[in-house]
Amino acid sequence: MALLAGERKSPVIHQRGADEISSAKRRSRIGYLLILPGFIFLLLFFVLPVFSLLATSLYTKPPGADIGQFAPALQFSNYTDVLSGYWPEFLRSFGFALVATVAALLIGYPMAYLVAVRLRGHALLQGILLVLIIAPFFTSFILRTQAWKQILADEGPVVAVLRAVSLLPPDGRLTATAFAVVCGLTYNFLPFMTLPIYANLERLDTRLIEAGNDLYASPATTFRTVTLPLSMPGVIAGTLLTFIPAAGDYINSALLGNNQDTTMIGQVIDSLFFRVVDYPGASALSFVLMLAILFLVILYVRRFGTKEIL
Amino acid sequence: MSAGTAGSALLRQVLGRWLIPLIGGMAFLFLLVPIAYVFAFSFNDAGRTNLTWRGFTLDNWRNPCGAPAVCESLANSLQIGATATVLATILGTAIAIGLVRYRFRFNATANMLIFLPLATPEVVLGASLLAQFLNVGAELGMGTIIIAHTMFCISFVVVTVKARVASLDPQLEQAAADLYATPFQAFWRVTFPLLLPGIVAAALLAFAISFDDFIITNFNSGSADTFPKFVYVAATRGIPAQANVIGSAMFIIALLIVIGGQILAARRAKLLAAL
Amino acid sequence: MIQEHVGVGAVKTAADANGADLSLRSICKRFADFVAVDNLDLTIPAGSFFALLGPSGCGKTTTLRMVAGLEQPTAGTISIGGKDITHTSAHERPVNTVFQNYALFPHMNVLDNVAFGLRRRKVRDAHAEARGALKLVELEHLASRRPAQLSGGQQQRVALARAIVNRPAVLLLDEPLGALDMKLRRQMQVELKNIQNEVGLTFVHVTHDQEEAMTMADTVAVMNGGRVEQLGAPQELYGLPRTAFVANFLGKSNLISGQIIEDRGDAVVVAAHGSRLIVLKDRATSHHGHVLVGIRPEKLSMLRPQDADPSAANTLSGRVADVSFTGVSTEYSVEVPGIGTMGVFSQNYGTQQVQPGENVVLNWDSAYAFGLGGDQDSRAGAGQDAG
Repeated sequence: MALLAGERKSPVIHQRGADEISSAKRRSRIGYLLILPGFIFLLLFFVLPVFSLLATSLYTKPPGADIGQFAPALQFSNYTDVLSGYWPEFLRSFGFALVATVAALLIGYPMAYLVAVRLRGHALLQGILLVLIIAPFFTSFILRTQAWKQILADEGPVVAVLRAVSLLPPDGRLTATAFAVVCGLTYNFLPFMTLPIYANLERLDTRLIEAGNDLYASPATTFRTVTLPLSMPGVIAGTLLTFIPAAGDYINSALLGNNQDTTMIGQVIDSLFFRVVDYPGASALSFVLMLAILFLVILYVRRFGTKEIL
Repeated sequence: MSAGTAGSALLRQVLGRWLIPLIGGMAFLFLLVPIAYVFAFSFNDAGRTNLTWRGFTLDNWRNPCGAPAVCESLANSLQIGATATVLATILGTAIAIGLVRYRFRFNATANMLIFLPLATPEVVLGASLLAQFLNVGAELGMGTIIIAHTMFCISFVVVTVKARVASLDPQLEQAAADLYATPFQAFWRVTFPLLLPGIVAAALLAFAISFDDFIITNFNSGSADTFPKFVYVAATRGIPAQANVIGSAMFIIALLIVIGGQILAARRAKLLAAL
Repeated sequence: MIQEHVGVGAVKTAADANGADLSLRSICKRFADFVAVDNLDLTIPAGSFFALLGPSGCGKTTTLRMVAGLEQPTAGTISIGGKDITHTSAHERPVNTVFQNYALFPHMNVLDNVAFGLRRRKVRDAHAEARGALKLVELEHLASRRPAQLSGGQQQRVALARAIVNRPAVLLLDEPLGALDMKLRRQMQVELKNIQNEVGLTFVHVTHDQEEAMTMADTVAVMNGGRVEQLGAPQELYGLPRTAFVANFLGKSNLISGQIIEDRGDAVVVAAHGSRLIVLKDRATSHHGHVLVGIRPEKLSMLRPQDADPSAANTLSGRVADVSFTGVSTEYSVEVPGIGTMGVFSQNYGTQQVQPGENVVLNWDSAYAFGLGGDQDSRAGAGQDAG
């Protein structure tokens, strides 16, 4: 578990392993007191709800029942129904999330590197830039996404310029396109990419870069063989924290997309819950989304990650 | 060496030095352009819909609560954010200390339980909590929002504080015990002050995430409004300029608080160094 | 080193009032898969400077941590001044520790670090007393600095002041000089010894550096494999080691394997590859059968064959294999057929060095030889000194 920080176990603890374990056992009652309240909370409001979700996903609608009335059952056809109906939205969500994650990595890594390595020693500037990464949260991301919508609107300045220099055909547009949705996702989850990489690069020993250069590696080779592998825990944490919420997001597709080819799975779940009032169908979709993401995450961590992450 | 290779070497050198600042700088620009837009349009003499520029006015800033329900939703968001942050920070910090300092038989399960909420999209977290609340017949409102926000903030707090606990030398607590500090005194006088920067960072992150959350809130809020929900609902018929005022003001306040703290810390460090 | 004597008087009386011996009875400490301390009995008289010496993993640090209360013994009792403290917590014991990496609180300045223990015990004028202790270690001018702004040697002194200001019945030092460079280390050894003389507290010092232990302590316990191999004054341990481990770990020794062939009443005669070696009985742990005869390298005289009688007792013939000049002395390795390599230290009086390849005769006075049981590994403890 090293998402935000890419933490490394301190060697002190390992050396004193035997001592630590014995004293830990002695005081383990305090340990349980520390973790139990939080875990009970998570059990009640995370684990139990997931089982509720699973149960609801198998409910059936009895004949003649009111809207929103369902009866406990084991109706597995809910799953096949929603999957056959909404698999394109599923694929699209993962596709959009993947492109946005890669884009956020390409933008976020240099950003983190600039603050963590290039500006090392300028504590105040580093602090200000770090705050600038988090502070947008306080403006509300819906307000900012809405701002993008207006900046990129058909009658807005960006489209006008792009049309003028023929980068966009005269009737071309930016909003209501898949491109706009992916840009929105990249924009909104960029801080979640940048912060973990920053936390990791902050502790990078720059003498290692010097050693790489000293041993005849060009800056590019040094980056590829030294810096990047060392910052992998941060990169993995960042990509996960970007991909996971991006795959489930529906604000960007709702505000920046159109109604035909940009609908994401989150939008479907939202509308099944609140417009169609098909709780079992919405729950089934949610559950499948959770399992699919978990499956991808485990594959990804197995392939690239160390055990520390999980 | 020909002039050509010398030129390309120079180009590479310049590129090597300026590529990162260039991309990084543009990334910051990318991050801040919409905020500048929000800020600019907070001065728009907009009337009902704040879509096009109609002229400069300070009226929105003079009367930020002018639009109906905007300040109520802000008050709700602040209340939810503060409560969820306090709860999540206390529960999460305790878990972080517990997990690093003590061994449990179900260590792997415990770590999994912290990781899973982070690996679950908000829409699923929101939907499952809603399913649960519907099943037990709970009334949706401020209470359910606070529960939901606390739940997804705990994991962020645990991860942030855990890194700090892991970097803490366990010998310091032993030294405190050796110097007649009871376990409680050792925690309060030594461990807690050393963890404080990590705890503050975690709390700030938790508050930011809670304050900005829409999806989970939307599932579990019932008729209660938060600021993001207000903006989202308003988006269909035009967001009032007062929302831009509040968004800008919150951004500036957050910036001032953190940078102020930074400057104070830097000044103190300088003062200490001068001694 | 210490010119100022402020506060020392008070410190001394408090320690005298304690007048407390530290005593460990049948202490065992087992971890999951190994025994760290094995049935240890130890009495450390009040006011002494006691060193626990041994290689890493010998159980010395575990012993120290049990005295501090940071570790619980599996069996046995620990008492101070006759009072059983085995089951009290670290914060309830009249014991303070100077930790290996000092463990100074990084968020407090030097003065608050030193006053920490006094404050916990609600001592009045904690700051004034802390200043007194800082004066003792000559760091009063750095009272308002943070630990990170101090050098290693300064941090070490703060750690010392933070411990002694509490006037503990026993002061524990866990490799306190390990992180310092050689020169500073020698300087601090002298300083620590002086401070101990002034404050009169009981010091228990854990180290793997035999030179450090011998320089500073009045009593040294050599530990190996969780047990005390031998305990005594440094001169005693060095002059008359009782095990091969002590003989090799504390300085260097030549151990010659042989068979006792004659009992002369107050001495025995040992045959080793044709040579007759005489060992005084009161300098031998074993008086019959297979034994090891030990002799320190500096106690050997090296003669040219023409100046010696090779048939005399305590005489070995060999050939110089290696010569290294260290300044004050020259160290020779001499190959003795059938016995092995003998180390010889010879002080540099200005005489001519013997060259490699030359034949020599080694000879010594029985008063310096010692006898050990022959069932031990003659190389035990050799080369284990990490210091």
